[in-house]
Amino acid sequence: MLVDYYDLESLLTEEQHMIRDTVRNFVESEVLPIIEEHNQAMTFPRELVPKIGSLGLLGPTLPEQYGCAGLDNIAYGLIMQELERGDSAVRSFASVQSSLVMYPIFTYGTEEQRMKWLPRLASGGAIGCFGLTEPDFGSNPGGMITNAKKTSNGYILNGAKMWITNGTIADVAVVWAKVDSDSSKSIRGFLVERGMKGFTAPEMKGKYSLRASVTSELVFQDVELPEENMLPGVAGLKGPLSCLTQARYGIAWGAIGAAMACYESSVDYAKSRIQFDKPIGGFQLVQAKLAEMLTEITKAQLLVYRLGTLKNEGKMRPQQVSMAKRNNVDMALQIARIARDVHGANGILGEYPIMRHMMNLESVRTYEGTHDIHTLVLGEDITGIAAYT
Amino acid sequence: MNIIVCVSHVPDTTTRINVGADKKSMDPAGVKFILNPYDEFAVEEALRLRDKFKGEVTAISVGADNAKEAIRQALAMGADKGILVKGDKSDSFQVADMLAAAIKPLSPDLILLGKQSIDFDGMEIASMLSELLDLPAATVAVALNIEGNKATVEKEVEGGRETIQLDMPCIVAAQKGLNEPRYPSLPNIMKAKQKPIQEVSGAPGAKRTEIVEMTKPEKKRANKIVKIDGNASQAAHELARMLHEEAKII
Ligand SMILES: Cc1cc2nc3c(=O)[nH]c(=O)nc-3n(C[C@H](O)[C@H](O)[C@H](O)COP(=O)(O)OP(=O)(O)OC[C@H]3O[C@@H](n4cnc5c(N)ncnc54)[C@H](O)[C@@H]3O)c2cc1C
Repeated sequence: MLVDYYDLESLLTEEQHMIRDTVRNFVESEVLPIIEEHNQAMTFPRELVPKIGSLGLLGPTLPEQYGCAGLDNIAYGLIMQELERGDSAVRSFASVQSSLVMYPIFTYGTEEQRMKWLPRLASGGAIGCFGLTEPDFGSNPGGMITNAKKTSNGYILNGAKMWITNGTIADVAVVWAKVDSDSSKSIRGFLVERGMKGFTAPEMKGKYSLRASVTSELVFQDVELPEENMLPGVAGLKGPLSCLTQARYGIAWGAIGAAMACYESSVDYAKSRIQFDKPIGGFQLVQAKLAEMLTEITKAQLLVYRLGTLKNEGKMRPQQVSMAKRNNVDMALQIARIARDVHGANGILGEYPIMRHMMNLESVRTYEGTHDIHTLVLGEDITGIAAYT
Repeated sequence: MNIIVCVSHVPDTTTRINVGADKKSMDPAGVKFILNPYDEFAVEEALRLRDKFKGEVTAISVGADNAKEAIRQALAMGADKGILVKGDKSDSFQVADMLAAAIKPLSPDLILLGKQSIDFDGMEIASMLSELLDLPAATVAVALNIEGNKATVEKEVEGGRETIQLDMPCIVAAQKGLNEPRYPSLPNIMKAKQKPIQEVSGAPGAKRTEIVEMTKPEKKRANKIVKIDGNASQAAHELARMLHEEAKII
């Protein structure tokens, strides 16, 4: 079943269709059967990584010479949607690897850095993570403390990052740090490799959300980095923020996948669950919920389709991505909550995907810029007055 | 090794089918099409054999313009080129006739296809091709091994398995279990666009069958859960009474 009330299907190219269907089949047969177990056990389904890599889902918009598929942005969005229809943790893994690790290495890295990392990251032979957030600096990353001191042949890195997806299992971490200064203008990206002396990445435990994703601290204690581990192409907050724009674009699509899963399950349940001698889908209150869900999903789909077209044309603005991330994640979370309600007691069981999506989406609402921070981005864009401080 | 795979463009198993206004065909409106699932096994086997023995895999389909999607799917999985034979595919003999005419000049070493196409479910093409091309055929294959110019096929038979040996060139019709078909990778989906699909018009002999009427199966009756009080013996009596008097089936 496809949630496609406005026939967006007919706007897709044959390749986009095939890509969407391929990822959907993959998720149906490889992700859905195992994800709840991983979610309960709080383990990352690492066995999926080589499969995701060989399908070409990692860094799929990057050029073929790095082992990537060279897809357009709508195809990329569809991949994210289908992955998150499975689970936000699997989509998060792919988002981080593609948009937060491969994208900066491709965009700001040297040819040597690209050749060293991109093919391995594309195949799933290596895993990457992105370290921006710190214990004391979340929404305000410009205040970061992590710093790199210039030496004669490289840098010495000190500091700590927190809430880092893929951290513990990463072979390479794209870490943002200030160089010899307090100013956010001095922020640079560094490639910190697993096993480097002074670098540890303990996993954070006890999450109720994104349980099938690895979330970690990154600790740097006098880590010696050679010059060639610095990304030369960008300085300042613009570096990490440009990566986040890419990732948020994918999240805006991904959230629709989670919402679709909740909606589809709700429709099935409403048609088959009998109370007072008729399917609960026959009651007006339940129908109103389903109508609301479908309407919101359809609006969200139109938003990202247009956003994808703008991105393909090179005309997308980060503020437009903020609107889509803000709207679509909130939409998905609301739908998950309503779906939980429609499923009654069954809504809390792992047998249905609802509660898992709902809890996952709480993280998605916070990471990559909280819902409220995106409100402020839009507020600034509308009025010209920044309201962050 | 020159391998031909016959592929069919069929309605998705989960799609809702309606009968067309003429009552003799399917209404294509809103129907999602896929590569016939049994053909996926055939394509996969062809790709593995090509990678082992070198050579080329050609995917061929009889159908309307949109059957190209099935060919494209085979190309995305890794086949090298495609042939679309344009023609009506409602009569198995005509399909086999058109396939045979297109395949013959290519003198393949091996022809692979699914054991049946899930649209018309005829299960006839492999045997008809065998006759038309005068080549040995194995149907319902669950294992295939090629050595020299002999193909050893393990095939399903009622209640068990049979191993047979065929001289190459030959025809092998795939059953589920022959292999685990790969997903087309995204780079291969993009490359499929550049691979050639040759189009020819089919000129089949006369139809051997005529579709008289198509009907949908009767609607399944709603299931009912009944609560019966009492012990097992009382419950059995009550159930028997309901089956007899209410459902009227015993
Ligand atoms: C599961 C998970 C995975 C993550 N993965 C990564 C990762 O891979 N890499 C990485 O770098 N980070 C990652 N993060 C971190 C994430 O990006 C941050 O949590 C997020 O930016 C918010 O920061 P914070 O948690 O410190 O919240 P805070 O910034 O402390 O915000 C707390 C609350 O205050 C509000 N607030 C803050 N400032 C303002 C303001 N000026 N005006 C109004 N309201 C305000 C926020 O909206 C929020 O509601 C991850 C987080 C989670 C939960």
